[in-house]
Amino acid sequence: MSADGSGTLLEVEDVVVRYPVFRGLVGTMTRRPKLAVHAVEGVSFTLSRGEILALVGESGCGKTTTAQTVLRLLDPLSGSIRFEGRDITRLATRALRPLRRRMQIVYQDPYESLDPRLRVRATVEEPLIIHRIGSKDERAARVSDALERVELSPPELFLDRYSHELSGGQRQRVAIAAALVLEPHLLVADEPVSMLDVSVRAGVLQLLDELRRAGLGILMITHDLATAARFADRIAVMYLGRIVEEGPAREVVRNPQHPYTKALLSVVPPRDPRVRREPEILRGEAPDAVHIPSGCRFHPRCPIAVPACQEEDPELRVPRAASSSDHRAACILA
Amino acid sequence: MTPLLELDDVHVWFDLGEGGGTLHAVQGVSLSVDPGERVGLVGESGCGKSTTVLAAMGLLPANATVSGRVLLDGVDIMAGGESSFRPHRWVDIAMVFQGAMNALNPVRTVGSQIVEALQLHGRARGEETARAKALLESVGIPAGRAGRYPHELSGGMRQRAAIAMALSCNPRVLIADEPTTALDVMVQAQILELLTTICRDFGLALVLVTHDLPIVTQLCGRAAVMYAGEIVEEGSVDALFHEPRHPYTRLLFAATPDLYGNGGRVVSIPGAPPRLDRALEGCPFQPRCDRAFGRCAEERPVLKEVGGEHVAACHLNDVAVGSIS
Repeated sequence: MSADGSGTLLEVEDVVVRYPVFRGLVGTMTRRPKLAVHAVEGVSFTLSRGEILALVGESGCGKTTTAQTVLRLLDPLSGSIRFEGRDITRLATRALRPLRRRMQIVYQDPYESLDPRLRVRATVEEPLIIHRIGSKDERAARVSDALERVELSPPELFLDRYSHELSGGQRQRVAIAAALVLEPHLLVADEPVSMLDVSVRAGVLQLLDELRRAGLGILMITHDLATAARFADRIAVMYLGRIVEEGPAREVVRNPQHPYTKALLSVVPPRDPRVRREPEILRGEAPDAVHIPSGCRFHPRCPIAVPACQEEDPELRVPRAASSSDHRAACILA
Repeated sequence: MTPLLELDDVHVWFDLGEGGGTLHAVQGVSLSVDPGERVGLVGESGCGKSTTVLAAMGLLPANATVSGRVLLDGVDIMAGGESSFRPHRWVDIAMVFQGAMNALNPVRTVGSQIVEALQLHGRARGEETARAKALLESVGIPAGRAGRYPHELSGGMRQRAAIAMALSCNPRVLIADEPTTALDVMVQAQILELLTTICRDFGLALVLVTHDLPIVTQLCGRAAVMYAGEIVEEGSVDALFHEPRHPYTRLLFAATPDLYGNGGRVVSIPGAPPRLDRALEGCPFQPRCDRAFGRCAEERPVLKEVGGEHVAACHLNDVAVGSIS
């Protein structure tokens, strides 16, 4: 339970993040207009303890920026982030530090994220040293415990190994152990299995699922809808810096309301060769986030756009055909 | 009918240098592709998929030793080494390499790179530029973009350019090694649609190498599943999915999540593939297999017919159904 007495862990409200586009000396002197990459444009969501929320979308849609902003690795231009009931949007680095113990991140590529010169023991212990937690013996116990939790057991078998002596799946488990050793309440998992072999992906995802059952709130970033459908409780679909549809995973997958979600789902190839799905392939690629289209930002690629879509910027609301009241989509036709 | 392309008992060994020994990467692979057919080659990383197709192209690195035959229209094109490969490479068999979109020359325009390929092979003499533009159009790149440099194109567009380059000499077989791996879902769908279209329009046969099973079940009619350097099961994608006769095939499908959750729990395969720099005893999959029994540790199974045009290398197929639990 969080400070406000509910199960809510994270409340993100109307967050905006922009990156300035470098103009250079000449650009500045010739007063070239100041441009910005509109990475995240008014994103709101909540995450509860014991819940996996999947942020889904194509590269450049703002999902990673959103996650980094939630952890305050990036500063939002506006909006607010509440973690366990406390507004952390403008907290200074020093004040953030004790909170960081409770919010951890696991990166996409365990071949890059682990220091090749450190043994597993040192990798997992490092966060404890940084946060000045425990005596030497206590730390050793916590490290072993974290390795057990990620099913690298017995820990003695792994403690003295270097990352190059581990398989991809084992490396990602070490990265997760290094995040868990601080006993966080929130875990951000940025494409946690996309670099891993198919045969071990399910194992890492099941591990995240077990941690969720134990009360961890997980914000999972993925481009893989099949994974999100299977492992997340809720799915938020992002397009060009906005959440365009959000709801219970089952509802979003089986009863999608936004044309972008429908298209994304239609191009996921089914496993069964007898199942044929007519893919609704969108032409071109998402426009760059510097020049955002007017009205609904999806209208230039939308297969069902009407003239009004060029003017009206739709808000997230419960669609008419929704069968759940916490299902929302941003489309004037939904 | 003589197959268009046939691999017959291909082995590849890599010399790992001083003290490193030898790695037996491909251990007797036989595979045939008919004209216009689309065949998948699937398996985990390190199972020998890419090495197999590089052997078929005659493009193995210098530390590789190869044996077996690569037949084109029934004629062995590997027997004479490089001089017998060269007349057919790109001309009859072409390949889109893994990561091809990142392998374009960064300081030359995409159009000029295709022109160069055409000139090298003496194609479309005097009309190379026009032909390059037509090739780009055929893969969905507007001809006006021929003057663009690779960094000015998106990942999907660069992958299209790489495909156009492979098509420059009108090959009959296209080998595509993980053609969509680094691409976004929607761009992946565009590239898969493109591959389907060019295969149909040009009567091209396709060998699709990937670890992503659903892509193969949707794009190919037939597939071969590789494990530890050998094909352990081969058949129609329908048979592989609905009646797998090797536990590895069944478990690979079970490890792949499906959008609508059809087929139940997603489970990973415990353990890792064996090292190929030492001799294997028994079935290479035995340590990870959920149905292994006594014989599996002792005797390496060979590919046997288990149905119409369906082969598998598993001792379970010698045992009457139901007698092993």
